[in-house]
Formats: sequence, C-alpha cells, structure tokens
Amino acid sequence: MRLRHWAIILPLLCVFLVSCSPNSNDRPGGKHTITIAGSTSVMPFTEKLAEHFMVDHKNFIIDVQGGGSTAGIQAVINRTVDLGMSSRELKEGEKTLNTITICHDGIVVVVHPENPVTAMGLDQVRQIFSGRISNWGQLGWKNRKIDAVSREEGSGTRSAFEDLVMKGKEINDATMVQDSNGSVKEVVATDPYAIGYISMGLVDKKVKPVAIDGVSPSIKTIKSGRYKIVRPFLYITNGELDPKARQFVDYVLSKEGQTILKNEGLVGFYD
Amino acid sequence: MIDRTVFKERFVKWVLVAFALSSLLFLFLIFVFILSEGLPLFHKIGVKNIIFGFKWAPTKGYFGIFPMIISSFLVTIGALIIGAPMGLSCAIYLSEYSGKKMKMFLKPALELLAGIPSVVFGFLGVIYIVPLVRNYLGGSGFSLISTSLVLGVMILPTIISISFDALVSVPKTYREGSAAMGATKWQTIYKVIIPSAKSGILASFILGMGRAIGETMAVIMIAGNALKIPGSILDPLRTLTGNIALELAYATGDHRLGLFSTGVVLMVIIMILNYVANFGIKRKIAK
Repeated sequence: MRLRHWAIILPLLCVFLVSCSPNSNDRPGGKHTITIAGSTSVMPFTEKLAEHFMVDHKNFIIDVQGGGSTAGIQAVINRTVDLGMSSRELKEGEKTLNTITICHDGIVVVVHPENPVTAMGLDQVRQIFSGRISNWGQLGWKNRKIDAVSREEGSGTRSAFEDLVMKGKEINDATMVQDSNGSVKEVVATDPYAIGYISMGLVDKKVKPVAIDGVSPSIKTIKSGRYKIVRPFLYITNGELDPKARQFVDYVLSKEGQTILKNEGLVGFYD
Repeated sequence: MIDRTVFKERFVKWVLVAFALSSLLFLFLIFVFILSEGLPLFHKIGVKNIIFGFKWAPTKGYFGIFPMIISSFLVTIGALIIGAPMGLSCAIYLSEYSGKKMKMFLKPALELLAGIPSVVFGFLGVIYIVPLVRNYLGGSGFSLISTSLVLGVMILPTIISISFDALVSVPKTYREGSAAMGATKWQTIYKVIIPSAKSGILASFILGMGRAIGETMAVIMIAGNALKIPGSILDPLRTLTGNIALELAYATGDHRLGLFSTGVVLMVIIMILNYVANFGIKRKIAK
C-alpha cells in the first residue's frame, strides 16, 4: 500500500523539484550567464567557442540557442538575448544594430564524387537551380536529369545563396528541398546525379566541390576575394555591449578563438 | 473507518475524472491555439489564395498550399494501394485461417511493427528504398513511389488490427449458415464475411489514411520535398506535414502563420477522415 503511494508521490516530487530549480539568470555562486541566439549556421561554431571559453572562465555560463538569423536579430532588438547570431547582412530597419563580423563562410556547390563535372560558371549554377538547365548532358556529361537539392524557405544558407548566386531569379519549384546542410550533403553523397550547396566548413570526401568561374573554393581563394560565394558570420548587438559579453566576443576575435574557427573550416582573420 | 474508505473511493473517482477531462482539455487547447494562430492569415491573404494557390514562397508573400494538399492525398492513396491489400489479407488470414499458435506469434509481431518509430522507417527508406528506386526505376529516388511504399508498410498495423476486429465480430451463425448451404471456406469469406464486415474494413482503410496523411518524419526524409505537384510516380513531392516540419525552425512573422494555416488545413482533413471512419464503425455496431 505504502509503495503504491510512493509511486504517485515520487514522480510528482520530481516534477516539483525540476520546476523549482533556479532560473539560469540568478544561479548562485556569482556565475555570469550570456545568452546567445540566432542563425543555426553559426550556432555549432558558437557552441564550440563557448565550450573552449568556459574551460578557462569557470564563472561563465554561455547559453547558445538556435532559431534562425531573423529570430536572433529580433531577440536582440527586444533585448531578450545578449548577443544575436546572423548568417546574413542586416536588412533595412535593422540597421540601428551593431554587427561584429567573426569570420566568413563560403557556400560551396557540391556534386557526387563520381561526377566528372569539376567546374561551372556562376550563370550555369543559376540556370540549374532556376530550371533552365535540367540535364547533365547540357554540361557535357551523361544524358540524365539533374537532381538539384536546395534548402528550405527561411534558411540563412538559402537566402545567402539566393542573394549571391540566384540574383533575383527564383529557385525552381521542382528542386528538392532538405532542411539542413547535413541532409543536403547526405543526398548529394548518395545520389550520383545530385547537385546541392552547403557551408564550406562541412565539405569532406563524401562530396566534391565544384569550381565556380574557374575558382575552386578554399580559404585562400576566399581571402583573396576571388571566390565570390561568401557570406559573413555576424554577432549582433544592440547598443553598447555588456562587459561580460564583451569578454566572450574578444575571445572569439582573439587568435585562439579564430584558430578554433579555422579548424572548423571557416575563414577567420589570422593565417 | 468506513468513512475513510468511502472518502478514498470518492477521491480516486474524482482524480480519474479530472485526468479524463484533461485529455479533452488538451484537445480543446490544441484547437484553440492552431485556429487562433492559423486563421488570421486566411483572413489576410484570402482562403482561395491559400487553399487553391499554386505558389509557396512565404518570405515573398505567397502562401499557396494547393500542391501540398494534392501531394498529401497522392502519397496517402499510394500508401493505401500498397497497404490495403496486404493488411486486409493479413487480417483475413488471422481471423479465418490461422491457428491459435500462429495468432499468438503474429499479433505481438504486428504490435512491434506498430511500435517502430517513424524515423527508423524513414532511415531505412533513405538507405534502401531510395537507391533501389533510383537504380531500377530512375529519377532521384526521392519520390512519390518510395514514400508510398514506406507509408504503406507503416499503416499496416492500423489496417490489420481494425479490420481483424471487424472480421472477428461477424457472428458465428453467418459462417455456420454459409457452410450449411454447401459453400467452401473461401466462398464464405468472399460472399458472407467480408460483405458483413465491410464498414469496419472501410473504417480501417480510412484510419490508415489518417495515419499516412499525418506522418511527418519518414516523409521528410524520403519525399524530396519539392514544391511542385509530382508529374510522375518518380518525382519528389512535399506534403502538408512535411512543409510544417521543414520550415518551422526559421519561420517568423507571416511565414510562421502560414505554417499554422497549413496546420489548420491538415486538421480539417484529418477531422473529416476520422468522422467518416467513425461513421463506418457506428453503422457496424448498429447492425
């Protein structure tokens, strides 16, 4: 009988305790919490930086959340977060905010490793995704339909791709859509006739990067400005930065932080 | 002492009533939230432009979900074409032919099938079915037919268990009567049992459709999610559920409301399906 009572009371107690646990903002022990939210493209790198930062700065708690560039910027405007992350430039109406460029990221057009096509013009990429070119035969390979893969509406990578490559042309309705860089890469890695675009940091042996207008994507060509499909990764602040958050941003921009970003395949400020 | 027992009984009863009503409350809350988030956009953009609109570009002000409605029905019908004959055959075997031992083995196996998470189905679909379709039928493999195949298997447990119940509930006297007339077993099943269990079997198909139309994870992984209405069974497509799950992460403002509107349409479709299915089951009970 008593056991049965406990079976009810224990879970309730657990729920009660969890709901009573202190809010992250007023955690005891003088810990500082920095909340960061925004682009899911920047998020994994910020998480990595935060991990390293918290090793040396034991009294900091850095809370990194996703939500997308637009949501992150909105949160900065409402001052619900300390820092916003964005993988696109600010639009009109957001220009009152301050941006800190933490690094650059190339968007790479990728195909299956067995695909003999190694180079394309930017206009050809545009025509593939707008549906004007739909057969690999038109690019000098087999007579086979091109399986183009794009990202979903609202994604930062997609909007950067639209700005830098499509330039006003619309992405064709028949294009497949995947909801992350990772799944685009998976589709391209398994389908020999696929073509997609992903963040340069994620390119590995499973997919083959395509040279655009004769320039193959690499940290070097991005730095020299020859590879054009590049977007900035930004931190967004509203007015003066809180000194605690400043410490984290300084760490990100320091040689140590930039090295971490470089090892992740991004283009930082040091060599 | 008696007072205490009586009190305890009452207390338990009221606790149970509260929990029973809470499930109703959740349903009500879900309704309220989806409608309050989804309906404003119908007002703003117009019902016609959403339900019969062909273009979905929510960041540019187009919210047409007609292709997704069609695609949702296409995969559902595809799933039914694959799942219904298999499921009904299995149910007939279970109720009419199989011995006790076989039943003891098959029933738990089916329950296990029902318990496999949809992401596992999706994963298997991507790893095995998509390349198979790509290599032997053509296209990218992310297609109407791959999705229908996987969904067809996923709705099997629903179809089997409900049509099995319908077949078993056909009175024994029908079978005996038919046998007394000199009918063979198959003639009895074909001419007597299936017709009298018809409404229950139809209900099982409709509930299977409801399951297929609401499936999300597996569909996103296999369907390819292209916005166009598929022109052939090898073309990719995007369903209503897939649309919500794909774009939810980044959606803000009207885009987010657009996804809720997709949810409203989906909810209405599922309500109609459930209503039709319940109607079928009720008629069976009335008989």
